Amino acid sequence: MTSFTRWLVPLGVAIALAAVPLFLAPYATTTMTRILVFGLLAASLALLVGITGLPSLGHAAYFGVGAYAGGWFAANVSAQAPLSLLVAAVAGGIAAAATGWVAVRSSGVFFLVLTLAIGEIVHQVVESWESVTGGSNGLYGIPATTVGGAPVDDVAPLYWFVLLAFGVGFAALWLVARSPFGRALRGIHDNESRMRALGYPTSLYKYAVFVIAGTVAGLAGGLLAAQQRLVTPEDLGFTTAALALLAVIIGGAGSLWGACVGAALVIVVRDALGPTLDGHGPLLLGVVFILVVYLMPRGVAGIRLRRRPAEPDVAEPEPVPSGGVRR
Amino acid sequence: MTVSLTCRGLSRDFGALRAVDDVDLYVGPGSRHALIGPNGAGKSTLMSLVTGALSASSGTVRLGDTDITRVPEARRARLGISQTMQHASLFPSMTVAENVLLAVQRHGRISPLPRRHPEYTARVGELLARTGLDGRDDVGVSGLSHGERKQLELAVALAGDPRLLLLLDEPAAGMSPAESARLVRLIEELPDEVTVLFIEHDLDLVFALATEVTVLHLGRVLLSGTPDEVRASEAVQQAYLGAGRTEELFWSEKAEA
Repeated sequence: MTSFTRWLVPLGVAIALAAVPLFLAPYATTTMTRILVFGLLAASLALLVGITGLPSLGHAAYFGVGAYAGGWFAANVSAQAPLSLLVAAVAGGIAAAATGWVAVRSSGVFFLVLTLAIGEIVHQVVESWESVTGGSNGLYGIPATTVGGAPVDDVAPLYWFVLLAFGVGFAALWLVARSPFGRALRGIHDNESRMRALGYPTSLYKYAVFVIAGTVAGLAGGLLAAQQRLVTPEDLGFTTAALALLAVIIGGAGSLWGACVGAALVIVVRDALGPTLDGHGPLLLGVVFILVVYLMPRGVAGIRLRRRPAEPDVAEPEPVPSGGVRR
Repeated sequence: MTVSLTCRGLSRDFGALRAVDDVDLYVGPGSRHALIGPNGAGKSTLMSLVTGALSASSGTVRLGDTDITRVPEARRARLGISQTMQHASLFPSMTVAENVLLAVQRHGRISPLPRRHPEYTARVGELLARTGLDGRDDVGVSGLSHGERKQLELAVALAGDPRLLLLLDEPAAGMSPAESARLVRLIEELPDEVTVLFIEHDLDLVFALATEVTVLHLGRVLLSGTPDEVRASEAVQQAYLGAGRTEELFWSEKAEA
């Protein structure tokens, strides 16, 4: 029964997601496409923040590197379907590998500040390297991705294309989180010094997960390039990084799907409701954030997590008196 | 595979304070070695130098024939040094079984893909039974009593088939007499290949278990010898109680309680 429902829910969600373009208007479908792209970025960040306990403020850098790499590759080499996405993912992973080794040596606030600095450096590089990135104008003229020679530029096919890639990226994150490696990451989150005492080289593990998260963020960036057909420095700036972190916190740090729900909320408030509020979208986002932190301290995903043993509302049992109960 | 532990001239400074001062310590293969001493004697610091949580200011630490003075903590753990930590240090968001599994799985390949490991599950069950936690698999750490946390701490430490087991935690502190009796039995039942070094304040327990005792005082080794030698030493009694009150140290504690 439980294993049945465990598969039923994701299956239902997948079918519902696949059916979206059949029921929603093109504009809403485009918003959904954006949610998927941003959701994949948020989920990759959730692997760092929620599962490993590394709060990054520079995660948009790898998203942006992937977007620029994928967009540049599509414009200059080939727009053939999976190629630009692969390039984007590899570029994100390489960028994370090149910068992450500095960051993972620290933790807590220091990690936050170091990743912020890395993000700002990458942002600055993109702004100044005009010949490749187009500077502050952004990288434009990215052609539509082609699948078997046919361009994917209609709203619905583009949505399905993004959904498919999202599925692949999300599945990869999910598998990592459920693996023995993922369990070790949660151990690092709980108690890093104990993990070291157990013989886990924790810095290496943190580095590995940083690169994995950077790779998936790069893939999400590749999807952004394929969808927007334009990449600007804002896409990898501080605001994007902060919004991604916001999505993770709203979703409930520790849950990958929660991060996607958080991402949906952020995109809906920013892109769909924002324009109707005279540009006060960020204000609304701030209010939402405060409400979430107060009303749902464990985020959206926390609502379901009642039965978890570590839940503080489970009453601490009386200390077993003198071993008399059990033996 | 029995190993010895040898510390030579081991020191550790914290600023102007020399917490561990030129300590020579030999823990023979397969021995049950107790480390005792008043508060602030440097017991925990010395243990941290052995586990690698702290690095030595000077001196050497050897495990068997291997010099491990500069070896990082995680690699020392893989060489067979296992420890229970002070203030039962566990993984609070996980269940009892997951805590032990984390220690068990480290000895296999850490796969980045989900995998079923029935042999891990069996090993976890066996460890929990050995430490008296059977049936508590799915309880969260926050749902455990103080004594149970210590049992879990021990199950985690034993998971790696350690060659050198360090019990930093004053294992019996806060345990009921029944729990503490089980602990004694558990340590006694450990295979002879395991070398054990432990810190303990309960002197009854020390003399019940230890084959050798080292007394630390103000960062230095005051005395190292058999339990009987330590019991008879006047210097040890003075270190604990000060001069003039020697008669009450080793026998009255339990009578009062």
